[in-house]
Amino acid sequence: MANKLSGLLKVALLVLVYAAVQFLEGRGILLPYHVQILSLCCINIILVVSLNLINGFTGQFSIGHAGFFAIGAYLSAYLTVKLQLPFIPAIICGGILAGLTGLAVGLPALRLRGDYLAIATLGFGEIIRVIILNTDAVGGARGFSGIPKYTTFGLAYLTAIITVVVIRNFVASDYGRACLAVREDEIAAESLGVNSTYFKVLAFALGAFFAGAAGALFSHYLQYMAPTPSQIGFVKSIDILIMLVLGGLGSITGSVVAAIVLTVIPEFLRGFAEYRMILYPILLMAVMIYRPSGLMAGRELTLKGLTELFKGAKTRAYHS
Amino acid sequence: MPTTAELMVNDLSVQFGGLKAVNEVSFSLEPQTLAGLIGPNGAGKTTIFNALTGLCPVTGGEISFNDNKLTNQPPHTIARCGIARTFQNIRLFNNLSVLDNLRIAYHKNRRYSLLCGLFRSPRFHREEAEITARAKEALDLVGLADKAEHLAGSLPYGEQRRVEIARALMLNPQLLLLDEPAAGMNPHETQTLLELIRQLRDNLKLTILLIEHDMKLVMNLCERIFVLDYGHLIATGDPRSIQSDRRVVEAYLGGSRP
Amino acid sequence: MSWQIAALQQLINGLAVGSVYALIALGYTMVYGIIKLINFAHGDIYMLGAYFGFYAITMLKLPLLPAMLVSMVAAAIVGVLLERIAYRPLRSSPRISVLITAIGASLLFQSTAQLVFGASFRPFPQAMPFRRIQLGPVFITNRQLLIFGVAVLLMVILHVLVTYTKFGKAMRAVARDKEAALLMGINVDRIISATFALGSALAATAGILVGMYYNRIDPYMGMMPGLKAFVAAVLGGIGIVPGAVVGGLLMGVAENLVVTLGSSTLRDAVAFAVLIVVLLFRPNGLLGKKGMEKV
Repeated sequence: MANKLSGLLKVALLVLVYAAVQFLEGRGILLPYHVQILSLCCINIILVVSLNLINGFTGQFSIGHAGFFAIGAYLSAYLTVKLQLPFIPAIICGGILAGLTGLAVGLPALRLRGDYLAIATLGFGEIIRVIILNTDAVGGARGFSGIPKYTTFGLAYLTAIITVVVIRNFVASDYGRACLAVREDEIAAESLGVNSTYFKVLAFALGAFFAGAAGALFSHYLQYMAPTPSQIGFVKSIDILIMLVLGGLGSITGSVVAAIVLTVIPEFLRGFAEYRMILYPILLMAVMIYRPSGLMAGRELTLKGLTELFKGAKTRAYHS
Repeated sequence: MPTTAELMVNDLSVQFGGLKAVNEVSFSLEPQTLAGLIGPNGAGKTTIFNALTGLCPVTGGEISFNDNKLTNQPPHTIARCGIARTFQNIRLFNNLSVLDNLRIAYHKNRRYSLLCGLFRSPRFHREEAEITARAKEALDLVGLADKAEHLAGSLPYGEQRRVEIARALMLNPQLLLLDEPAAGMNPHETQTLLELIRQLRDNLKLTILLIEHDMKLVMNLCERIFVLDYGHLIATGDPRSIQSDRRVVEAYLGGSRP
Repeated sequence: MSWQIAALQQLINGLAVGSVYALIALGYTMVYGIIKLINFAHGDIYMLGAYFGFYAITMLKLPLLPAMLVSMVAAAIVGVLLERIAYRPLRSSPRISVLITAIGASLLFQSTAQLVFGASFRPFPQAMPFRRIQLGPVFITNRQLLIFGVAVLLMVILHVLVTYTKFGKAMRAVARDKEAALLMGINVDRIISATFALGSALAATAGILVGMYYNRIDPYMGMMPGLKAFVAAVLGGIGIVPGAVVGGLLMGVAENLVVTLGSSTLRDAVAFAVLIVVLLFRPNGLLGKKGMEKV
């Protein structure tokens, strides 16, 4: 009963946030520019949470997430611009192609471990970028312009919620436990009947699917895609990684908070962009040295935890 | 050799580079046997376990279990055939709760689909409740019901060993391989362990093969003992005959070798 | 016959670029051999080396070779500090934490360089007049000869250092087994520092050579060559010193041949395609031996 109640409470809260944004926008308190940033927050949440599935929960180390993002962004844009497909099917197609690519890349690449896998995924991401750079149908080096503005805050918000819920459910199911086992000790996991390759590839493909969906939302948000490292290359991958690491590997709420904070803050510090790029790496290194599990330390922020915090009680919520 | 055997090992060899760690070893286990694998350090005991569970490549010979050929199958396939094991150096998932350690091991018995899991169908809830109940049962069996929510890595050594056994039981195995289950335990813990192992065999009808250096435990517990030395099986028999075997005494006391 | 001549020309160009990759790859390989870390920031030390050389020539008015020495020393100091501050506290942490730190260090070097030196590229002072030497149908430039000369000289010095000196012996001992080396009375920390110094100095030289070769330097110039040199190290067999040289040269040649065959934008993809193929089919590299994982 209590479970159902807290579930309802969560839904109510989520609806309330949406209603509040709509209301404030209607009254002109939130400018379109602000709502844009909120949409971007949602897109980044999808990216970070989906990378968390691969890096945080399954213990793999991908720094090629932007590759999947790029596939979703370009394929969906191609479908809506050239084939006049409606947006939702285009998002799903973008996600599916990214997921299939994840499958195709994951099968061989996931035989590698740790830092080798990292470099291989980075290489894969760059290969995707070079392919896009050489594909005239999507604009090649000139970039892809004239993409319709289909991404609304509501759609980005809904997709982010779906991503978070699906990945949370995945992690809390037997499938997710198998991934955790692979992360903790691959040999022990295997000896318990867990096919480690299967679960690595599954996590990789699922993560790639959501990254592709985020890409679709992004290209129809910015209306222009450029095949540059900072938009679809390793710089983008590392941006996502920074959010993930600061929020904490293995914490979904940590990813959400970090994605929002690190999307909003730079918007306020536009004049200090150069210093931000110095501050971020220092922050990243400091977190690794002093608090390697990230700000959330693998824990989750829960409603129950919050209320207990207010009551002054100690929060103790591991992976719940 | 009787055809009733559950586990059959024929001329098993494992070679690392130039070193033959296991050399043409043959033995078999009948259902519900409680057997021990002993031998001096470096005799190849753990290597046999690793070969049986697919963790190291077999370079010669055959392993079959219930008439299924297991030679060089991946570890997860072997686990699904009904062989579970523990590790000499304890391989728990240290950062997960004890309960989660056990629930993971129920993996091969899970029936709900990925979609059921992603969208939390009633079937998912039903089965998850069942998995948790099973895990608590197994914890109860090893006397650690009150430690379910603890992080596995935070438990004392002796309790970690018992969690590892409970985790292996979650697989519903037919054959349980225990690699030095009493290592690092005090005499009292060892006694509890001895009773637990007997109980597992009697109540759960398991076949158990264990590696152990505590000779008192082995002689007390096992009905059948295999002695390994330098990769060769040098003796097989019941505790009484093993204790009086000249070759075994030589292997342990370091007598002259042929 | 013209494509053959073009290919031959690209072979020469490829060997020049490859020598630079080899110089950078040596640093990757030595560091990996000794502490099993992919020093992501290594490419950025190469970039810093180019800037140090730039300022030594323009501000200190030094001739090329002394400028190179100054840059090597400065880069060595940066490398040692990097290890001290960022990597040493993490020596017993999971490798992923160290890798993330290395990525952080790389970003930090890039953005600091952008702030201090400016984001746009600078022409590198031409400390020697440009000359091209005709060799039948193809030519070689004096800058390419300089690259070959310096690269070969440094590799010979490194080889002698690693093979015949006490330091080299200690370094190989640490690479083989850190604990055992410690027990033998080797100052492991100092050997690791020295390895970073050595690798960084080589990278700095590479930076100056490339600055002269392409006549431009910028704060991001380290990223791609860094990654490619890493691939070169993996190709040759990471942790193996001659492997880095072989891998570097092969990479340089392969890239330039692809340019001859087709699009120059595909050039950057070559490295990564090579990487993935090598990792899948010969994960220990061309000169590597098969290793075993302990269960």
